[in-house]
Amino acid sequence: MRKINMMILALSMSGSALAGGMNDDPFLFMLKMDKFELRDADEGTALAWDAQAWAGRDLNKLWLKSEGEKLSGEGTEEGNLEVLYSRAIAPFWDLQGGWRHDFRPTPDRDWLAFGVKGLAPYLFEVDATAYVGESGRMAAALSVEYEYMFTQKLILSPELEMNLYSKDDEEVGVGTGVSDLALGLRLRYEIVREFAPYIGVNWWNKFGRTADYAEAAGGETSDVEFVAGFRLWF
Amino acid sequence: MSPSRRRFVQGLAMGGMAASLGLTSRSLWANAEQQQKMPTLRGTDYDLTIGEQVVNFTGTPRIGTTVNGSLPAPILRWKEGDTVTLRVKNNLPESSSIHWHGIILPSSQDGVPNISNGFHGIEPGTTHTYQFKVAQSGTYWYHSHSGFQEQTGLYGPIVIDPMEPEPFTYDRDYVVMLSDWTDEDPTVVYAKLKKLSHYYNFNERTHKDLMKDLKEKGLARTWSERKMWMQMRMSQRDLADVTGYTYTYLMNGQTPADGWTGLFRKGEKVRLRFINGSAMSFFDVRIPGLKMTVVAADGQYVQPVSVDEFRIGVAETYDVIVEPDDGAYTIFAQSIDRSGYARGTLTPDAGMQAAVPPMDPVPNLTHTDMGMDMSAMGHNMHGMGGMDMKGMDHSKMAMGGMDMKGMDHSRMAMGGMDMKGMDHSKMAMGGMDMKGMDHSMMAMSGMDMKGMDHGPHPMGGKSTPVHPSDFSSGKVVHAPTEYGPQVDMRAAAPRYRLDDPGVGLRNNGRRVLTYADLRNLHGTNDPREPDREIQLHLTGNMERYMWSVNGVKFNDAEPLRWKMGERLRITFVNDTMMNHPMHLHGMWSDLETGDNDFIPRKHTVIVQPGSRISYRVTVDAEGGWAYHCHLLYHMLGMFREVQVS
Ligand SMILES: [Cu+2]
Repeated sequence: MRKINMMILALSMSGSALAGGMNDDPFLFMLKMDKFELRDADEGTALAWDAQAWAGRDLNKLWLKSEGEKLSGEGTEEGNLEVLYSRAIAPFWDLQGGWRHDFRPTPDRDWLAFGVKGLAPYLFEVDATAYVGESGRMAAALSVEYEYMFTQKLILSPELEMNLYSKDDEEVGVGTGVSDLALGLRLRYEIVREFAPYIGVNWWNKFGRTADYAEAAGGETSDVEFVAGFRLWF
Repeated sequence: MSPSRRRFVQGLAMGGMAASLGLTSRSLWANAEQQQKMPTLRGTDYDLTIGEQVVNFTGTPRIGTTVNGSLPAPILRWKEGDTVTLRVKNNLPESSSIHWHGIILPSSQDGVPNISNGFHGIEPGTTHTYQFKVAQSGTYWYHSHSGFQEQTGLYGPIVIDPMEPEPFTYDRDYVVMLSDWTDEDPTVVYAKLKKLSHYYNFNERTHKDLMKDLKEKGLARTWSERKMWMQMRMSQRDLADVTGYTYTYLMNGQTPADGWTGLFRKGEKVRLRFINGSAMSFFDVRIPGLKMTVVAADGQYVQPVSVDEFRIGVAETYDVIVEPDDGAYTIFAQSIDRSGYARGTLTPDAGMQAAVPPMDPVPNLTHTDMGMDMSAMGHNMHGMGGMDMKGMDHSKMAMGGMDMKGMDHSRMAMGGMDMKGMDHSKMAMGGMDMKGMDHSMMAMSGMDMKGMDHGPHPMGGKSTPVHPSDFSSGKVVHAPTEYGPQVDMRAAAPRYRLDDPGVGLRNNGRRVLTYADLRNLHGTNDPREPDREIQLHLTGNMERYMWSVNGVKFNDAEPLRWKMGERLRITFVNDTMMNHPMHLHGMWSDLETGDNDFIPRKHTVIVQPGSRISYRVTVDAEGGWAYHCHLLYHMLGMFREVQVS
């Protein structure tokens, strides 16, 4: 809790009123639903989300991130929430640190998170985070996204996501090494900047021990899904 | 000014509303008659009331900020030598102010809250009285310096009649005020830019452009042309932050649909006083079928120059004289990013209109606009910290002047720059053979490298002496404060580009005004050489939408302290991809155009992207002054306080 108090203090430090009552760096809030989609999976229809929110100023922000997927009829299959303090360290890069809580699958897991988020040369959007969990577990997550503009409003967006773990964790079904990799391709139409429905395909694969655990539990280890959803922010 | 007179002077905003009601052509005719008469207040004594009023430019009623019920605010017509008294009442629910743009006056009358001596804004319900002697003549304007009130309508023209006869004649005199209107709340516009800086840009290069390039130029050239942009994470179409997507461009308060009308009789000479009173928009102005003779810039006479087109930056003014024949002409002012235009008609008959030309194609920024064009051999690359130029293809550089085959760059002090593999071998530089030349020799005196902009860069050896009046040399130094998350680019080879009309106007087949064309009609006002030079870098991070000077935003900056009586050279280096109209309050900016004998005076100077430009300032006005970029949403950070004592 003290950590969070300190973050809030840091967020409110910059910016003051100036000539004519103008402030170049107002306190702002943004909610982004990058993905909210239905996935046509082998095991049924799944609902997936990838949402982020931030509050703060130009160089210091508090971020909330949540990602997850829920199969119809069952409970949440995967889901996590991250709370991160974010600080700009370079023109295109933010350093982010905080806490991640995996609330699905059970039992839940907590991690300390430390990563970078930003825009790489050639305009790749990158989010790379390393995690340290209980009993010395380590993990890493990487996501890379690109935008190709067919028109000003029709945008094709390829994406790569992958996860790595340092130790087997049979209870939650992840194994050492690259546990899973997903490649997505989404075509969205920005009706307005803030709202864009999309369709796409998503291919994912589980590897090594992670795949073994999934097989043992009677699940899939690889799938190609058609997706349909929307992006929203304000 | 009698009350009845003030009531008579109603808003042009109402003209806009009337036209949108779908009137018959007969009443449109009457409307045109009405429109040519912008509300004008004359004399030495003024009562101005800042208030709010419903306006309708887009079909949706909105609240605008008005003066005496008018948007734009009424034309104030002063006379040189008079002392004017202006009582400004603020009926807004928030603090307000009026700044007299380009007017030379005491700091206390300048109207910038908390910077002008003793002035802290006009509180709601109160009246503030300005009083000063009018020491100049020409075309100027006034606007709010509080919050975003300038965006919502608080701007109006000032015309000052001279004491001496003017050096040119004309039969009619019209103000043509250009501006931009948005139905959105400006604070929302600003927040959107912070969240997604390209929010309003619907001119990005797309699949179609890529296919066209691949077809015309092939893969290798297309790649090499686009590579640096992608590496630097920048857009070649970063021309305007706020665009026609939200803006309706206005001419004298009239939308393009309605159009402002100026009447003339055959054979008459018409003087048009162009004022760019917009918050964020540069305009490229032309009148198809007519030559324009530019006779004044920023209110000051210049030697007449005949052009087809000129670019007017935010806050600049240009007076032109046209001699129309017996027909109708469109005054066409397209925004710099071609996302819209303001329009008016010069016509002998209010019922007659001319065709509206199509907008020009959307231009692409070039490496020159990035300050990365090495073709002038600007070797001042020490500001490129960390940039990887491996494999950078110089093969297409046209370098007129020198053969640098085998040139050894190894001794250049370039802090962290990796130029491994840089291929200079194909540089066609005809003329001077520098084969095998080692650049450690570059400190050689007497060698004519004009145009090469080698400046006194740190290359070992002594630096070339710089003559004070040789404005085109001088070292470009990127301050340590320019490094950090707040700055996304530093121009490596910023060049004087006075004869460059700017992106979108190059080689368009028309004679376009450039700063190199501006020559003071009466010769240089103050021939003294500068005592010292101040270099100011215009910096920003487009992705984060942060703007600053030397990497430091206004909130964190110390005031610039200047000494009364000194003569300064201000050199601007633009380390961003955008044009910034820099405005110094209270003192003239004597623009160094290369001709020392006819230095023109300006109050607002466009600094082109990736360029440098300089002017002299005679520090002759005591007190606090604002110094800033006149783009409203840049100004919050790209701002300095000047203290003269
Ligand atoms: Cu600017």
